[in-house]
Amino acid sequence: MSKQEKGWKDLTLAAISSKVSTDFLTGDWKVFMPVHNLEKCVSCLTCVMLCPEGAARWNSELGKVEFDLSFCKGCGICANECPTKAIVMKMPEKEE
Amino acid sequence: MAQEKVKQETLALNGDEAVALAAKQSDVDVVAAYPITPQTIIVEKFSEYVANGEVKTEFVCTESEHSAITASLAASVTGARAFTASASAGLALMHEILFVTSGSRAPVVMAVANRALSSPINIHGDHSDSMAERDSGWLHIYVENAQEVYDSIIQAFRIAEDPEVSLPIMVGLDGFTISHTLENVKVLSDETVKQFVGERILPRVITHEGKTVPFKLDPDNPMTMGPNVSPAFYFEFKRQQEEAMKKAINQIQKINIEYAALTGRSYGDGLIDTYQLTDAEIAVVVVGSTTGTLKVLVDELRNEGIKAGILRIRTFRPFPVEQLQNALKHLKAIAIMDKSMSFGGFGGPIFTEVRNALFDLKQRPIIINYIFGLGGRDSNPIGLRKVFEDLQQVTKTGQIDDTVQYLGLKA
Repeated sequence: MSKQEKGWKDLTLAAISSKVSTDFLTGDWKVFMPVHNLEKCVSCLTCVMLCPEGAARWNSELGKVEFDLSFCKGCGICANECPTKAIVMKMPEKEE
Repeated sequence: MAQEKVKQETLALNGDEAVALAAKQSDVDVVAAYPITPQTIIVEKFSEYVANGEVKTEFVCTESEHSAITASLAASVTGARAFTASASAGLALMHEILFVTSGSRAPVVMAVANRALSSPINIHGDHSDSMAERDSGWLHIYVENAQEVYDSIIQAFRIAEDPEVSLPIMVGLDGFTISHTLENVKVLSDETVKQFVGERILPRVITHEGKTVPFKLDPDNPMTMGPNVSPAFYFEFKRQQEEAMKKAINQIQKINIEYAALTGRSYGDGLIDTYQLTDAEIAVVVVGSTTGTLKVLVDELRNEGIKAGILRIRTFRPFPVEQLQNALKHLKAIAIMDKSMSFGGFGGPIFTEVRNALFDLKQRPIIINYIFGLGGRDSNPIGLRKVFEDLQQVTKTGQIDDTVQYLGLKA
């Protein structure tokens, strides 16, 4: 534990969160990550609707689907449901 | 007894009715409950108040006790004053959410009409239900009669809602012996109780936005309650709960004094209540309605020249360690009465705790445990006399046959 962490006397009552849920990046739990092939993608938004984490998003400015890997848990629903097989689940390359 | 400051009316009420009236007068915002014998009259009576338009309370008829306590917790964390009641299997079904309520620091007040647990099914009084919730983080008060349960429910809101305490509280009344027995109960006016209990004062907390706001779910000041907490912090919140229990020791005593000034009624120091104990040589440590029977017996014994006394534990959580040590240190022998069992343990829950508290004394009394009254088994003065006879015997011989004994069991 770092020295900056609060002790029991200083923490707020009943674990009232000092952050909102989106401050906790839950994407680091994943084993597989979605790799998106824009050439095959028809922007049907099936992945956007089905992603349980809201990590697949439609970027209206760029006109394409994007994946927020900070929250993607790698469940693979998007890849499984994609009608054009534009998404494949791959093991991320290890950083040296 | 101190002089009463306010006008009081004497009504014929059973314990359950006294609870319902006290909750009504305490201006409860939400009652969420499910009926179970012997608590049923509380819920029936309260729903009658609602149907008659006598209260503004939101009454939630839930489909189970698990939902009843969940709704009470949810109401409490919005800043509302919440009340519920249960017993036996109903309390057992609440088990999971009892911990969530205390961990969420929600000062829900609950009446528990103490009843045996199944199996075999038994609807009568013993302490198995609430003793099984000993470690749920709730404050526990046990009463002696209908008058005390009326007074204690009113006090319970002040104790639980104290911002430094902010913990839920259960008030135990013995099933049938108190819950269903008609007694003369002195009641206060609605206005007096409303003033005594007052508005709920909320602790203040710092939100993720850095704002210091009242501790409640509020759309204008959003906060996350009951989050997932990692091993790095969970422990610290449990330690906070323990500190709140320590604060409750003072608050219970303070409220007991304040209430006595108003009504002329007090219950010992709020934590323990004694009878003929100061000069006693032998004594019984007990919880609940059996105290009344024991008082009659102690009067008889005193007439016979036997220096017998009683210590009633009113507050079981927080456990009044220092008070017990001071009150019991001069005795030669004590009997600790348990109306529940800890199967496979060394005696009942009250025995293990009291004996543990007395261990640090340089000189401590001889201690015997009696398991008694399970499933509503009658405990009358003739049966209880054996306890004092045993205590007299051990003070002479210094010998105990069995540390844990069963009183009134058919051999």
